[in-house]
Amino acid sequence: MDKHEIRRVIATRVAKEFRDGDLVNLGIGLPTLVANYVPSDIDVTFQSENGFIGMGSAPEAGEENKNLTNAGGQPVTILKSAAFFDSAMSFAIIRGGHLDCTVLGALQVDSKGNLANWMIPGKKVPGMGGAMDLVTGAKKVVVAMEHTARGAVKILTECNLPLTAVGVVDLIVTEMGVMKVTDKGLVLIEYNPQFTIDEIQAVTEAKLIVDENLKEML
Amino acid sequence: MNKISTVDQAIAKIEDGMVVMIAGFLGCGTPETFIDALIEKGTKDLTIICNDTAFPDKGIGRLIVNKQVKKVITSHIGTNPETGRQMNEGEMEVVLTPQGTIAEQVRAAGAGLGGVITPTGLGTVVEEGKQIIEVKGRKYLVEEPLHADIALIHAEKADTKGNLVYEYSATNFNPLMAMAADTVIVEAEHIVEVGDLDPNFIHTPHIFVNMIVKGGHNG
Repeated sequence: MDKHEIRRVIATRVAKEFRDGDLVNLGIGLPTLVANYVPSDIDVTFQSENGFIGMGSAPEAGEENKNLTNAGGQPVTILKSAAFFDSAMSFAIIRGGHLDCTVLGALQVDSKGNLANWMIPGKKVPGMGGAMDLVTGAKKVVVAMEHTARGAVKILTECNLPLTAVGVVDLIVTEMGVMKVTDKGLVLIEYNPQFTIDEIQAVTEAKLIVDENLKEML
Repeated sequence: MNKISTVDQAIAKIEDGMVVMIAGFLGCGTPETFIDALIEKGTKDLTIICNDTAFPDKGIGRLIVNKQVKKVITSHIGTNPETGRQMNEGEMEVVLTPQGTIAEQVRAAGAGLGGVITPTGLGTVVEEGKQIIEVKGRKYLVEEPLHADIALIHAEKADTKGNLVYEYSATNFNPLMAMAADTVIVEAEHIVEVGDLDPNFIHTPHIFVNMIVKGGHNG
């Protein structure tokens, strides 16, 4: 699969997690694409943690407003139902259990649902931004990422990078499959038929438990 | 009490070594007038409290590039490579704090609270050196309030008494920081007469504001 196809597969599958009426926060990068794949028969509200709900698409050239940007600093539009607020309210929504789902990328995720996505010591320290609050407070935490990083394994028995939070991840969606975090470990509930189970396990350090009702992912 | 000030009068309040809160989110809602003036004046050894260090050529990031910052308390530095470089070289202290925690620490200072207790950061490096307490069977980190000598604020509109209205996502940390400093200095795109703003839609009441400067990119 080429990069575009990988991203399309992941975003399409993640969008199926949403329910009518959900409030959702999408991280920067691949997770942002998920907004384009939300089924048309449900109403999903997107939050931007810099201070509003009701985020729309990117503006047409020339229609940008310098006072209206997304959490990545890019110009954005709003829906008619949008509402603005300060950062304390924004994180009250996030931390207070009012956010139905957050979708983020990861550097590493492990069999206990631990997440590492904010720093590589000595190499890259961008900071956690709102990520720690998002994964601590959201009702459902979905990691959306490529299964490996240029061949390096990212789904581990135990993360070895500094954690973003402990035991918070509910679901991992990659181009190879969908894994649910359970008390017993990672359960492969769906797979991409372009790969065999053995091929998926070969690039996954954590032991995958194959669900008895295993399905194709799309 | 006349709060309408010049940039020079406002910047004269900011001394070397002070703790300064600067609002904004990746530059959106940051009072650039005061960044320009601080760079021109060369005020140094500042401790900055901010959401992020923006970009090398935008917002708070410009003060860091100009080496005027001794310490920064912030949630994100990834868009400004100079922050990371100065941190790695030991030229500047960087305290990385979750975004929602900074927001509540600032709010707590303005609201007279002794801090906040939050589950965010438990089990991570954020909890190092901090007290952990248990409430109703759940663990929380104790985070102290963040107060500053100066808060630098960007508003869309101010009346001459200091009532403020923000616009869209340029709101972010502005209302919180406007409550949490000894001296609150506002850059307003538009300054209007008292009575011109609808009192039902004031975001920051005038009692928090000390100085108002006409400025900003629409100004």
